[in-house]
Amino acid sequence: MYDAPKSLETTLDQKTIKITARDVQVYYGENHAIKDVSVDIQANTVTAFIGPSGCGKSTFLRCINRMNDTIDICRVEGSIQLDGEDIYDKRVDPVQLRAKVGMVFQKPNPFPKSIYDNIAYGPRIHGLATSKADLDDIVEKSLRRGAIWNEVKDRLHAPGTGLSGGQQQRLCIARAIATEPEVLLMDEPCSALDPIATAQVEELIDELRQQYSVVIVTHSMQQAARVSQKTAFFHLGNLVEFGDTAQIFTNPEDSRTESYITGRIG
Amino acid sequence: MTNASIIPPGSAPEPRHGSLTTADARTKKRNAAEKRFRMYGIAAIAVGLIFLVVLLTAIITNGKSAFQQTFIMTEVFLDPAKLDKKGDRNIEDIKKVSTFGYTPLLQNAILAEVTDRGIETPLTKAKDMKALMSASAAAQVRDMVIDNPALIGLTVEFRILASSRVDGYLKGRVSRESVARDKSIDAEHLDLTDALREAGVIAKKFNLSFITGADASESRAEQAGMGVSILGSLFMMLVVLGLSLPIGVAASIYLEEFAPQNRWTDLIEVNISNLAAVPSIVFGILGLAVFIQFAHLPQSAPLVGGLVLTLMTLPTIIISTRASLKSVPPSIRDAALGIGASKMQSVFHHVLPLAAPGILTGTIIGLAQALGETAPLLLIGMVGYIASNYPDGIASGFLDPNSAMPAQIYEWAKRADPAYYERAWGGIIILLVFLLTMNLIAIILRRRFERRW
Repeated sequence: MYDAPKSLETTLDQKTIKITARDVQVYYGENHAIKDVSVDIQANTVTAFIGPSGCGKSTFLRCINRMNDTIDICRVEGSIQLDGEDIYDKRVDPVQLRAKVGMVFQKPNPFPKSIYDNIAYGPRIHGLATSKADLDDIVEKSLRRGAIWNEVKDRLHAPGTGLSGGQQQRLCIARAIATEPEVLLMDEPCSALDPIATAQVEELIDELRQQYSVVIVTHSMQQAARVSQKTAFFHLGNLVEFGDTAQIFTNPEDSRTESYITGRIG
Repeated sequence: MTNASIIPPGSAPEPRHGSLTTADARTKKRNAAEKRFRMYGIAAIAVGLIFLVVLLTAIITNGKSAFQQTFIMTEVFLDPAKLDKKGDRNIEDIKKVSTFGYTPLLQNAILAEVTDRGIETPLTKAKDMKALMSASAAAQVRDMVIDNPALIGLTVEFRILASSRVDGYLKGRVSRESVARDKSIDAEHLDLTDALREAGVIAKKFNLSFITGADASESRAEQAGMGVSILGSLFMMLVVLGLSLPIGVAASIYLEEFAPQNRWTDLIEVNISNLAAVPSIVFGILGLAVFIQFAHLPQSAPLVGGLVLTLMTLPTIIISTRASLKSVPPSIRDAALGIGASKMQSVFHHVLPLAAPGILTGTIIGLAQALGETAPLLLIGMVGYIASNYPDGIASGFLDPNSAMPAQIYEWAKRADPAYYERAWGGIIILLVFLLTMNLIAIILRRRFERRW
């Protein structure tokens, strides 16, 4: 289906591969939602999934941390490996996997608890903090990395749902990184945000690349072009093209990619 | 602009709609329909309110007299010659004197009140006073003497219950026409009652023992109270709460959050909804067959009543709990799962607290329903039982035969003595007060736990 271009292989040598997906098929009941998707996601890279609505990019993203397990009729075939381990192996506990592969959702969804408790929840259930001071540290560090510390440091015990949409989303990102994940999945994290909040989140994503592999699903091609180094284009459940962002946007190999990028299909 | 060129210059285009300031026929029709609908709505609410007002007035006017009772205030000389012949105040000897020993003392006391005040009446013998006082008056005095033997030999002021007929006469239930057909009382006694009322010996007072007292036999309406059956209801509610809340909530959480969606769970869901509509008497006969005939639990016991009402309340609690779990946005579950919480952690840390106000409200509504339920109690023997004794303790509260508030009301309503009629209404007032209190608690809990953020 998709052959990695020469240029990709040379970059792959330079960076370690975090996630390897091979021949992934996803079925929702009878509906074959993802067909033969094979993709390599590198460490310390932002990979963007683009494509028209219903093309399966979110579905594939949710396969990476097994969030699809919560849907009864969903069935995943093929292999997805994280650091060489098959995440769909019977012995893998999805709860442990999700501690390693964090997720940020389309709509900001802070818990109806205080800002502090929102961040502290993950470390608490995973036992990352041994003392209150430890937990305070983690909360501050996460909020700083989430680029929201300065805005909330004086009201850590105010409800997280009282923040603005953009702040809530950065809070959710901070919450996701508080559990020290290795991969961060973002499902259209800016679709509910205004341009200013979007810019802040994008800036944050770029910084997060230093420590995490970030996979972001986006409807905005400009966003993909701005934040990602790698781009995958999905169409009708197929991975049509995958490569360096610059190459996908300037010189796509597949005609469908070109049509989508130039706005003719979508 | 292309359209404009088609219209020949000079002729102004015909406006498709009429002027905005005059409503056209269609708009008028729509507005009229809306107006009519609003009128229907207001009329429906008005009819509902009228029914409510009529109901409440009927209950209050019929029931309020049950909270008042006629008493005879009299000073009784507790004659040591009658009550303690040996004179050594031995409690065992005092206990040997039955209520028959006390009755003459009371009759003499009332007669003394009559003669002291110079009331003229053909009733001059002590025995004639019997019809004025309750058959339970002697027992009332005896209990007091046994509690405090030092009273013997003194003249003590007592407030003894008047007989049900005297009470009915003061409340207007017994008239001079009706006594003609009544063997218990006659016109002379009514004359005497009038005179004693003038003198302040007989008067209506607030009747606390209607709320706290025990039920009495059919012939002693003046003594009957709701107290024991309130306790019976309370013990039943404890059983219902203790069983239906954990079982109902656990079942709903499992069905809503964990159970796979398949034919079996669908079947269970449909059946739970159906169970909520099953007539309560069916649960009663089920309880009779299973708990009493098969499991040999004691008859008429609040434990069995509670078990039957638990069966009845479970569907209500499950349905309302599932509805409130469903109303928690799925994004909260995703958020918890996304940072590596297990399914159970996401449910117990995040979903359940958000659903708690709904669950609590549903539970209290279910309990209130159970509290007012009579039909299943018919079949397990809680109706018709005369709840004349308080339970001795917690265990006997659950296991000893008892009645329940609605069963007590039903029992009173079917007794022949018209004196029980007002008590049935009064019992309804007490029951309604309990129900309103529970609903109020539901509202307060909802307000308090509801998180607006």
